[in-house]
Amino acid sequence: MIAVDLLKPFSYEFFRNGLIIATLAGALCGLIGVFVVLRGMSYIGHGLSHAVFGGAALAAVLNLNYFLGAGFWGLASGLMIGRVSRKRIIGADAAIGVITTASFAMGLALQARFGQAKRSIDAVLFGNVLGVFTSDILAVAGVGVLSVVVIIGLYRKLLFATFDPEVAGVSGVSVPAMEAVLMVLLSATILVTVRVIGVLLISALLVLPAVTARMLTNSFGRMLWLSPVLGAIFGGVGMYISWYADIPSGAVIILAGTLVFITAYSVVGVRRRTQLAGINHH
Amino acid sequence: MSKSAEKSAALMTCEHMSCSYGAAPVIENVDVTIHPGEFVGIVGPSGSGKTTLLRAMLGSVKPIHGSIKRQPGLRLAYVPQLETVDWNFPVTVGEVVGMSRPQRWMRPQAQATEISMIEDVLERLGLGGLTQRHIRELSGGQQQRVFLARALIQKPDMLILDEPTAGVDVRTRHEVLHVLADLNESPPNGDGIAIVLTTHDLNGLAAHLPRLVCFNRTVIADGSPAEVLQPYFLERTYGAPMEVLQHGGMPVVLEQGGDELRNRLNRSSAS
Repeated sequence: MIAVDLLKPFSYEFFRNGLIIATLAGALCGLIGVFVVLRGMSYIGHGLSHAVFGGAALAAVLNLNYFLGAGFWGLASGLMIGRVSRKRIIGADAAIGVITTASFAMGLALQARFGQAKRSIDAVLFGNVLGVFTSDILAVAGVGVLSVVVIIGLYRKLLFATFDPEVAGVSGVSVPAMEAVLMVLLSATILVTVRVIGVLLISALLVLPAVTARMLTNSFGRMLWLSPVLGAIFGGVGMYISWYADIPSGAVIILAGTLVFITAYSVVGVRRRTQLAGINHH
Repeated sequence: MSKSAEKSAALMTCEHMSCSYGAAPVIENVDVTIHPGEFVGIVGPSGSGKTTLLRAMLGSVKPIHGSIKRQPGLRLAYVPQLETVDWNFPVTVGEVVGMSRPQRWMRPQAQATEISMIEDVLERLGLGGLTQRHIRELSGGQQQRVFLARALIQKPDMLILDEPTAGVDVRTRHEVLHVLADLNESPPNGDGIAIVLTTHDLNGLAAHLPRLVCFNRTVIADGSPAEVLQPYFLERTYGAPMEVLQHGGMPVVLEQGGDELRNRLNRSSAS
């Protein structure tokens, strides 16, 4: 009887689709999040998802396709953030703050003035993980496969450009091209996931798996597979628990991820601080 | 060697070169030539444009006037200041050395031949067995050698280092200088690596190099330490009077006016 109860949510298609999308989105955000976190751009997920809203509002006003408007706008914002922060006149965090909030404000203004935006702010912020179509799953899976291929194919260049951009540049790596590749992948990730999981969950899934993986390994290669695995676990397990806890799935996913991060931080952090104290002592 | 032969053999020649990041030039009318196998130190105060000169040599800053000519096919490798490294970045010694190698399509991990190449370079620099260690877990000298290894695995003709001994203790400074001297004399590829570095350390490092360039926005003096470490050139370079003594056949640079400054500080604290 207990086994039947545990499997009960799987008898509903909307739950199965929600579970698949939460797991896939967790893995995808976990993968891209490695670069986001290591580049000190943890706020970019939050910012770009807001920027996407501005593009969506503009697309609605101009009667263009949502994905075309939001995607183009997200990508343009991401490239602009990369360009502004590379010039080092202002930091990446400030560039994200200025560009994405301006974009979000423009979306609000357009919506207020023309009232044509097809998606409400609530929908953008929280998404609708239980209203998932097969096309959503295919879109997330497609961006996931593309991201894996691109990251494996450009692994060393992406690592070099992220760790040491100045030396990478003089060693023949096109750092602006690597930044553009990452921004394209990040924008595509946000574009295909924002409708179903919302801005808040995207931001959390871009950061939590990556920082947890960082606590568990000192190797970039290991972090790159550990983070998507953790992201998939946070998404899937959080979604499943939310069914029984009767709490919105996004909140449970974030809380589950936060709990694992705190545990990793407490256990590994103490050990590492002890090791560091030893190194400094010598 | 005749002047024309010297020019044809040069790895790199800067002629009347000026560079800027905005309106005003940061370095002006620079003439420097680097030949194969040379070991050159560039000394000068903070803000004198030493790093800009290195960047121009590396090609990341373009001259606004004059020219910089590199030997066709010249392989350059750069070792940045350790202060610019993010020590919390999750990267092992092996990953740092391997990241500068070109990657085979869809094969990011080092293959067997590459692994042995990485281990050979690390072994040569006294870092054998540390491939899996995180970079933060190493001593200052070991950390500097990891970044040297990353440069060397590119098999460079010319190695450029920005302040390789900044912020390190005396033992590490000796270690780094000895490793660089070994590389300059008998490099792994057997062709003679030219080394160009910047340093603030006149007595601990610069005085030991065969050639020094005193630099402050332009070349003030260029020659052996005995020729260049002269009060006249040093005052023009640093904008402060300096005294040069000889100790064991080596020049030792002292700041002039140190006693007077100390006396004034003592008087002011006493009052």
